[in-house]
Amino acid sequence: MKTNSYLLSILVDDEPGVLSRIAGLFSGRGFNIDSLSVASTVEPDVSRITMVTKCEPHIIEQIKKQLHKLINVITVNDLTDKKYVQRELALIKINARPEKKADILRIVDIFRCKIVDVGLSHYTIEVSGDSEKHDAIISLLNPMGIIEIASTGSIALARENGKK
Amino acid sequence: MKLTGGQILIKMIKAEGVDTIFGYPGGAVIDIYDALVKQNGLNHILVRHEQGAVHAADAYARANKSVGVALVTSGPGATNTVTGIASAHSDSIPLVVFTGQVPTALIGNDAFQEVDIVGITRPCTKHNYLIKNVDKLASTIKEAFHLARSGRPGPVLIDLPKDIMQAQIDFTEPKEISLKSYKPNYKPNKKQLNKVVDLIRRAKSPVIFAGGGVILSRASDQITRLAKMADIPVTASLMGLGAFPGSHPLWLGMLGMHGTYRANMSIGHCDLMIAAGVRFDDRVTGNIEKFAPEAKIVQIDIDPTSIHKNIEVQCPIVGDCKAALEGIIQLMEDKDTNDYKNDRKVWLDRIEEWKSTTPLRYEQDNVVIKPQFVIEKLYELTKGEAIITTEVGQNQMWAAQYYHFDKPNHFITSGGLGVMGFGLPAAIGAKAACPDKLVVDIAGDGSIQMNIQELMTAIESKIDVKIVILNNQYLGMVRQWQELFYDKVYSSTNMENAPDFVKLAEAYGAKGLRCTRPDEVESTLSEGLETEGTVVMEFAVDREESVYPMVPAGGAITEMLLV
Ligand SMILES: Cc1ncc(C[n+]2csc(CCOP(=O)(O)OP(=O)(O)O)c2C)c(N)n1
Ligand SMILES: [Mg+2]
Repeated sequence: MKTNSYLLSILVDDEPGVLSRIAGLFSGRGFNIDSLSVASTVEPDVSRITMVTKCEPHIIEQIKKQLHKLINVITVNDLTDKKYVQRELALIKINARPEKKADILRIVDIFRCKIVDVGLSHYTIEVSGDSEKHDAIISLLNPMGIIEIASTGSIALARENGKK
Repeated sequence: MKLTGGQILIKMIKAEGVDTIFGYPGGAVIDIYDALVKQNGLNHILVRHEQGAVHAADAYARANKSVGVALVTSGPGATNTVTGIASAHSDSIPLVVFTGQVPTALIGNDAFQEVDIVGITRPCTKHNYLIKNVDKLASTIKEAFHLARSGRPGPVLIDLPKDIMQAQIDFTEPKEISLKSYKPNYKPNKKQLNKVVDLIRRAKSPVIFAGGGVILSRASDQITRLAKMADIPVTASLMGLGAFPGSHPLWLGMLGMHGTYRANMSIGHCDLMIAAGVRFDDRVTGNIEKFAPEAKIVQIDIDPTSIHKNIEVQCPIVGDCKAALEGIIQLMEDKDTNDYKNDRKVWLDRIEEWKSTTPLRYEQDNVVIKPQFVIEKLYELTKGEAIITTEVGQNQMWAAQYYHFDKPNHFITSGGLGVMGFGLPAAIGAKAACPDKLVVDIAGDGSIQMNIQELMTAIESKIDVKIVILNNQYLGMVRQWQELFYDKVYSSTNMENAPDFVKLAEAYGAKGLRCTRPDEVESTLSEGLETEGTVVMEFAVDREESVYPMVPAGGAITEMLLV
């Protein structure tokens, strides 16, 4: 069956073991986590987990219900079909041979990225944006020789008012 | 009032209305045991293995409709509870398990008898806690009991570092529990209930399918009333036995792999299934595609994850079984019609025919005892009123088939996990909860050896239980599969090398009886049941008797192997 990508924003109690409960739920039931990001929120004792998971449509309902069943999970918001802003941050270290430098700088400029580190033979580029932007810039930079990438995974917030 | 952590623990358990706990001491919980003997009102039963403590607490909870409590030490004491906890988790039984832990300062240092029991039991508890601050102790215990018994019940574990049990604080009563992330939805949606009434009115061949959830939500009365109002026959899962009277004409018998012919056929041909408190385990459904292919399915469950998990249902109702069934009955009574029976005779006649052509059957000759005969006699002699616990395997299935339960909370078995060794400690727990009831463990010769040490617990604590061993000298259920599906290659299932169960009983101080002849079954049972104290009755039964009907794993439940 066809799998889709789903973006979940999950508020949880900020307690030791919560991430392990969530990770354990996914591994124990054979669900996958594509990316995961965890950080605190303005409310004390509450953290936000933003997760991308790929699965068949009928499985996502189980995933959401199972997540909700965990005692430390406060809300599960499926942003997939909602309006949301989403960002990922990536650091891309790339070969900067003299003949390619101009091309790289042009791409960085077009995508409004930043060069955050320069070496004799490399640049490190900071990219922030949604996952499409990341895919696009990576496909352009790839032929020039990407050395390493570090990326955060998605974070997202729903656009509608309210803090959920 | 200044109290130690250990004293607070005992006080909080008592405040939850628990009168008996099951446990085993060790270094990490020595302070708790010290507090335990210096108080009044909380009875402690010293088991002989921590697994026994948890099974006993499980059965105590089921027989008593309350929460079971087990108390064990750190490390091996804690790991020994895991099977019991996993069983209670599968069967949604409310337990609170207290494990000792090394002092807070040593946690994470691979200290003596340190294990991460919170990590180990995360996937098999409803929730669990490590207490790091004595100020949180009382409120966490209160929360644990609340979680264990509310919503879909389940086991909760609290890990108690030794220093926290020793620490002294000024005790204050914890506040009422309010969890922002946990609010089970008891109240069913009225629109859905109306839909059910409509479905019932239109159904020609409806069936009610009751599960353990009906017993947990104490909805047996409602199931029975609904069935009678609309002449709907009732079947149940293993966990649901007793939810509807086993002697009622609308009773179909158990459903599933070893269900009755008529129950399985009824599901195969019904046009409406009202499933309450069930989770559609594969042992019940067989091949999903061929499960109730003609039926609209109503599913009532307190746990939203149970719905659409294994099968698609047309009318899901999230809520308490009792509230939902009561709601449906009210709506039916309020309607201007009272005809919900809809020419039910045709459907009931069809079922009657399945019943009369293909009943549960076995033939008792006068040479070798049939295990089914022992259970039938036990049923007659106890007038169906005993609390029955079981081990796992053929003995469990024959108990389910041949002992007819008229009341809930009388059949106590490890359903979801199928733990051999459950029955004896469970019998002790049930008897501790209901001292006035007769409690019988229906056992296999293999299973009984898995927790046989609990005989000593029964004797020491003067908890009288009766154990009926159906001795086929085989791990019978596995042998049955080998016979049917592995060309009779009986690999590692022969149990001929067994102890002398009569002597074994006597060694523990129990009475032992052995029966080898069909004509002595009744007298042996009578003698065993009438003898005071704990009695082991061993029946040498037909070695290669099998449980029928049987649906081969993954087959359609209407395609049964018959005798
Ligand atoms: C702890 C555990 N180990 C293994 C099994 C697998 N198993 C299921 S039934 C069975 C045979 C049980 O034999 P016995 O207690 O003699 O019962 P019988 O089937 O002969 O009545 C086994 C080994 C189990 N259910 N539980
Ligand atoms: Mg056996």
